[in-house]
Amino acid sequence: MSTHAEPRPEHPPPLAHHFRTPGQQFEAGKLGIWVFLLTEILFFGGLFCAYAVYRSIHPEVFLYAHQFLDKSLGAINTVVLLASSLTMAWAVRCAQLSQRRGLVLCLGLTLACAAVFLGIKAVEYRHKWQHGLKWAGQYDEGKVAAMLAELGEPPPGHTLPGSPPPPRDVGLFFSIYFAMTGLHAVHVIAGMGLIGWLLARAVQGHFSSDYFRPVDYVALYWHLVDLIWIYLFPLLYLIH
Amino acid sequence: MTMAPPTGPAGEPANSPPAGADNYLTHTRGFWSWALTLDHKRIGVMYLVGILASLVLGGVFALVLRTELATPGPTIMGFPPTLADKQPEASQALAGKQPVPPEATAQGKNLYNHIFTLHGAVMIFLVIIPGIPAILGNFVLPLMLGAKDMAFPRLNLASFYLWLTGAIFFVVTLHTGGLDTGWTFYTPYSTGAGHSAATSTSIVMAVLGAFILGFSSMFTGINFIVTVHKLRPPGMTWFRMPLFVWGSYATAVIQVLATPVLGITLLLLVAERVWKIGIFDPKLSGDPVLFQHFFWFYSHPAVYIMILPGMGIISEIVSVFSRKHIFGYRFIAYSSVAIALWGFLVWGHHMFVSGMSLRAATIFSALTFTVAIPSAIKVFNWLATMYKGAIGLATPMCYALVFIFLFGIGGLSGLFLGTLAVDVHVTDTYFVVAHFHYVMFGGTLVAMLAGLYYWWPKITGRMYNDRLGRLSAMVLFAGFNLTFFPQFILGTRGMPRRYFDYTKLLGTHPEFSMLHLLSTIGAFCTAVGFALVFYCLIESLVRGRRAPANPWGGATLEWQCSSPPPHDNFPDPPEVGDPYDFSDLEYDPSVGGFVRRTVPSGRP
Amino acid sequence: MTLFDAIAVSGPCGAPLLGQAGGTFWLPPRASTTAPIVDAAFYFVFWVAAFFFALIVTVMTVFVLRYRRRPGTGPLPSPSHNTALEIVWSVIPLGLVMAMFYLGLKGYADMRVIPPNAYEIRVDAQKWKWTFKYPNGYEDDNLHVPVDEPVKLVMASKDVIHSLFIPAFRLKQDVVPGRFTTTWFRATLPGEYEVLCAEYCGTSHSDMVAKVIVHEPGEFEGELRKAQEKSQKLPPAELGERLFVRRGCSVCHATDGVTVKTGPNLKGIVGRERRFVDGSSRTADEEYLRESIVNPSARIVEGFRDQMPTFQGQLSDKQIDALIVYLKSLSHQPPSQQANKVEP
Repeated sequence: MSTHAEPRPEHPPPLAHHFRTPGQQFEAGKLGIWVFLLTEILFFGGLFCAYAVYRSIHPEVFLYAHQFLDKSLGAINTVVLLASSLTMAWAVRCAQLSQRRGLVLCLGLTLACAAVFLGIKAVEYRHKWQHGLKWAGQYDEGKVAAMLAELGEPPPGHTLPGSPPPPRDVGLFFSIYFAMTGLHAVHVIAGMGLIGWLLARAVQGHFSSDYFRPVDYVALYWHLVDLIWIYLFPLLYLIH
Repeated sequence: MTMAPPTGPAGEPANSPPAGADNYLTHTRGFWSWALTLDHKRIGVMYLVGILASLVLGGVFALVLRTELATPGPTIMGFPPTLADKQPEASQALAGKQPVPPEATAQGKNLYNHIFTLHGAVMIFLVIIPGIPAILGNFVLPLMLGAKDMAFPRLNLASFYLWLTGAIFFVVTLHTGGLDTGWTFYTPYSTGAGHSAATSTSIVMAVLGAFILGFSSMFTGINFIVTVHKLRPPGMTWFRMPLFVWGSYATAVIQVLATPVLGITLLLLVAERVWKIGIFDPKLSGDPVLFQHFFWFYSHPAVYIMILPGMGIISEIVSVFSRKHIFGYRFIAYSSVAIALWGFLVWGHHMFVSGMSLRAATIFSALTFTVAIPSAIKVFNWLATMYKGAIGLATPMCYALVFIFLFGIGGLSGLFLGTLAVDVHVTDTYFVVAHFHYVMFGGTLVAMLAGLYYWWPKITGRMYNDRLGRLSAMVLFAGFNLTFFPQFILGTRGMPRRYFDYTKLLGTHPEFSMLHLLSTIGAFCTAVGFALVFYCLIESLVRGRRAPANPWGGATLEWQCSSPPPHDNFPDPPEVGDPYDFSDLEYDPSVGGFVRRTVPSGRP
Repeated sequence: MTLFDAIAVSGPCGAPLLGQAGGTFWLPPRASTTAPIVDAAFYFVFWVAAFFFALIVTVMTVFVLRYRRRPGTGPLPSPSHNTALEIVWSVIPLGLVMAMFYLGLKGYADMRVIPPNAYEIRVDAQKWKWTFKYPNGYEDDNLHVPVDEPVKLVMASKDVIHSLFIPAFRLKQDVVPGRFTTTWFRATLPGEYEVLCAEYCGTSHSDMVAKVIVHEPGEFEGELRKAQEKSQKLPPAELGERLFVRRGCSVCHATDGVTVKTGPNLKGIVGRERRFVDGSSRTADEEYLRESIVNPSARIVEGFRDQMPTFQGQLSDKQIDALIVYLKSLSHQPPSQQANKVEP
C-alpha cells in the first residue's frame, strides 16, 4: 500500500444548498446514521426480547435444541465478521487518506468476508432443512429422530443430544433461531449491496480526504451488523 | 433588540420577493417537478392531499358503521336472504312453510367487522400518526428554524413514497376482501385458521402495508431529529426554539425508538401467518399475550406521536392569538421530552385484564398516572397564557379552544382507565372508544385542523373566509360531542366494543337504542362540519384574498418570509429573537397583516 | 348514589336515561361484593374529573370574554412564568391521581386475590359460546351460582382470546387459549344478569351472550342436583338436542330450515345429498354425520368454509350417538319446535 496520498479528484466535494458548511453537512449525516442505527438496535431488540421471554419460560427447549447448531461454524463466522469489520474500518482510513487502491482492496476484502459468512450460513441452513430442524410449525420430529439414529458418533463440534426424550415444541427454538439469524442475514445482504455500491464508486475515484462520508456511514452500519452477530452467537450457539 | 430590517408591501422582509411573484408553488411546473421534488414544502403539500383523502375514506367507513349501529339488528347490512338463495334443494322441500324471523347473516356481521377494522387501520396508520408531522412539520419546521430545507431532502421524499406505498397496500385490501382482525391484529385470531383465502391475503397485505408505513414514520423522525440538532440558525439555542419544534422533536424521538418494535412485531405476525413459526400460537408453545406486549410497546408511545405535535400547535396558536408570551415555556419544553420518554413505560395499561400479575399491573397504573400530569399542566399553562391577554377569536383560535375542551374530556376520561378497579369494568367497552376518539379526534385531529387554518395563508398564499371557518369549528364541536359523549354512558352501563348487534342487550338496556341513535346523528353532524372545512379551504384557493406574510402576528421565523414562501425559504438566515415576543409587531390594515415596527418600540 | 343520580331518577328525563333498575345513571346494579368498591373508585375519579373540567371550561370562557381583544388595547402586563404556581398545580393533581391509584389498586387487589375454599366452576370459551362446567360434572350454557358465597372461575379458551364480562359484578377477565386464567366474585343480589364477551373474536362476537343466575340462599345445591339428574336421565334425542345447544353447534347451524349461519342449516339433513367444494358428493348418512363431528375438515359443503372445529376427544361415543339421533329427528320435527329452546 502506498504511503503518499493519491491525486485528488477533480470536483470539489458536493455541498447541498441547505447546509452552510461542509462540516455541518458531515455532522448532520453522521447524526443521521447514528439515529438510524438506533432504530436497527430497537428492531433487533424486539427479537432479543422474544428470545429472553421464551428462554425463561422454556429453558429446556433452548438447552436441548441449541446442540443441533454447529459451534465451530458459528465461531468461524464470528471471526470472519470481525475481520470484515477490521477491513471496513481500514477502508474508511484509506478513504480519509485518499488512498484509492487501498480503499478498493479493503472494500473488496470486506465483501469477500461477507460472502464467506453467507456461504457458511447457507451450509448451516441447508443442514437444518435436510433434517427437519425447522421452525415450530414445520419442525419434523420424524426426520430429526432419523438423523439422530444415524449418528453413530457425535460429529466434531456436537454433543449428541442425550437419551432422555426431547422436550415438547423444540421447533420454538428454531423459530427464534431462524428469525434472528434470518433477519441478520438480510442485513448482511443489504450491507453487501451498499459496500458493492461503494466499491463501484471507489473504483471511479469518487472518494478522497475531502469527501468520504458515504464510506464512513456504511462502515458504521457494517459495524452494527457485526456487533449484532457478536450477541447472536453466544446467545444461540453457546447456551449452558 | 436590534433595528428591524425594512419591509416590503405585505410586511415581509425586503430581501424576499413580493407576494404573487415567484414562490415555491410557481418556481417550477409540471408533474415531475412535483413527483420528484426535494422541496420540503411541496412534500408537505403532497402529504396534505394524501392524508386528507385518507381521512375522507376513514370517515366514510365511520359513517357506514354508525349507520349500521343506529338500530339494533341489521340496519343496512346482514339482512338474511331467503333460503332459496343459499340452498335450492332444501327450499324446494320446504315450500310453503313460514320462516320465523332469522338473525343477521354471517356475511353481514363479517362486513361490519371488516369495516371497523379498516376504519381503525386507515385512521390510525394513514391519518393520525403521520398527520401533523408529515404535513405541518415538514412544511413549517425548516421555516421556523430559518433553514432552507430539512437535513435530508431525499430521505424526506422517500418517506412520502413509503407512505403512499403503505396507503396503496391498505386500499388494495379493500379489493382483496378486507380484513376483520381489528386494527390491533390480536393473536391468535389474526394468525389462526378460520379466515377465507381473501381475508388471509388481506391480513398479510395490511400488515405489510403497516410495516412500510413504519419506515415512512422512522425516516421522518430521523430527518426531524437531525434538522433540529444541526440546522438551527445562529442564535437559536434550544430554549429559543418555538414549542412546535419542541413538540415535533419529542415526537421524532418516539418515532425513532418505538416504530422499529412495531416493525419487528408485524414481521413476526406475517411469519406466523404464512410460515407458522409458532411464536404466538399456544398449540406450539407460543404465547398469544406476548403479541399484545410487543404491539402496545409501540402503540402506546404512538399516541404520544399523535398528541405531542398537536400540543405544540396549540401552544403556538394560544400565544399568538392572546398576543402574550406563552406561560411556562421551559416546563412545556421539558414536559414534551419527558412525556416522550416516560410514555415508553406504561404500555401495560392496555392489558390490565389480559392476565398480568398484580405487581405488573400496580407498576403500570402508577406510572400511567405520573405521565398524565405533564399533559394536564400544559392545559393550565395555555389558560395562564390567555390570562390578561388580548384574545382574538379567528378560526385557528376557535379550534384551539375546541381542542382544550375536547382534549380535556379525553384526558380526564383516561384517569378512569388508569384506575385499575375501574378499568376492569370499562375496558373493552364503549367507554374506551369514547376516550380515544376524544383524544385522537378531539385532540389530534382538531389540533391538525387548527394548525391547517393557522398556516394555510403561509402554505397557499390565500386567506379563507374566517366566518365560515369558525362555523366549521362550531359544527364539528357540536357533532363530535353528540357522537361520542353518549358512548361514555354506553360503556359504563356495559356495552362492549366491536359489537355488530346489541339486540341481546336490549332486554336489560332498552336505552341503548336511543344512545346509539344519538351517536349516529352526531356522526352525520360531524360529517357536515368536515364538509364545511373542505369547502372553506377550497373556496379560499379560488377566491380568497392574497395573504400577507404575517396575517396573525406570529413572532416565529416562518412569518418573516412571504406567503407563500419562496423556493429556498430565506436567502440569508433571518434574525432570531424570542419566538413569543410580540412587542415589535403591529397590525397594518393596508397590508391586512402584521408588520415589524419601523420605529424601535423604545424597549432596550 | 350521587346527587347526579338522584336528579336523573327524579327528573323529567324519563325511563330511557335511567339505566337499569337498581343501577345508577352511569353504572349497572351492584350485584357482587366487588361492585361497591369499584363504584367508589369510579365516583371519586368522576367528581375530581368533573370538578377540573368545570374549572378549565369556566376559566377558559371567562378569560375569552374578559380579555377579548379590543381595538387600540394590547395585552395587560403579566408574568410569563411563576414557579410557585407551577409547583402548586403540579403537586395537587399529583396528589389527587395518587389517591385514584390507591383506590384503584385496592379494588383490583380485591379482584385478584381469590379467597381459599371458593366454589370452583370451569368456564370454556369458544367461538361463539360460553360453557360452564360444575364440580358434579354437569354442564350448562348459563352460569348458576349461589348468593353470598365466593365463586372461583377457572377459564380456558378453545380457540382465540375471549373475555368474560359481567357488568353487574364489575367483573372482566380475558380467557386465553393454551392457559388457564382465573377470577372470582361473591354475588350479593339474587337475580339474573348478563354475561358478555368483551374481546373481539370474530363474526358472532356480539352473539356470545349468556346469563348468570344468582340463586336464593339454600336453592343452589338443590337446583344443581336436579339439573344433573335430569341431564343424565335424558332420552338420546333430548340429550342430543341439549348437547347441540350446549356445545355450540346451534351458534353456527340453524335448524329451522330457513336461517343460514356460518354453517349449513341442518333441518332434514339426514338422507339429503351433500355437494362439497372439491366437486364430490355423498348422501348424508350416519357415518357422514359422525365424520362431520370428529373430522369436519375432511369434507366441506359447497358454499361454506373450513371453519368448524373438531370435537374429537371432546364428545364421548354416547354423546355423539345422541347427537345423531337428534339430527335424525330434525327430519320429522314440525317447524314450530325450535332447537334453540333451553331448559333450565
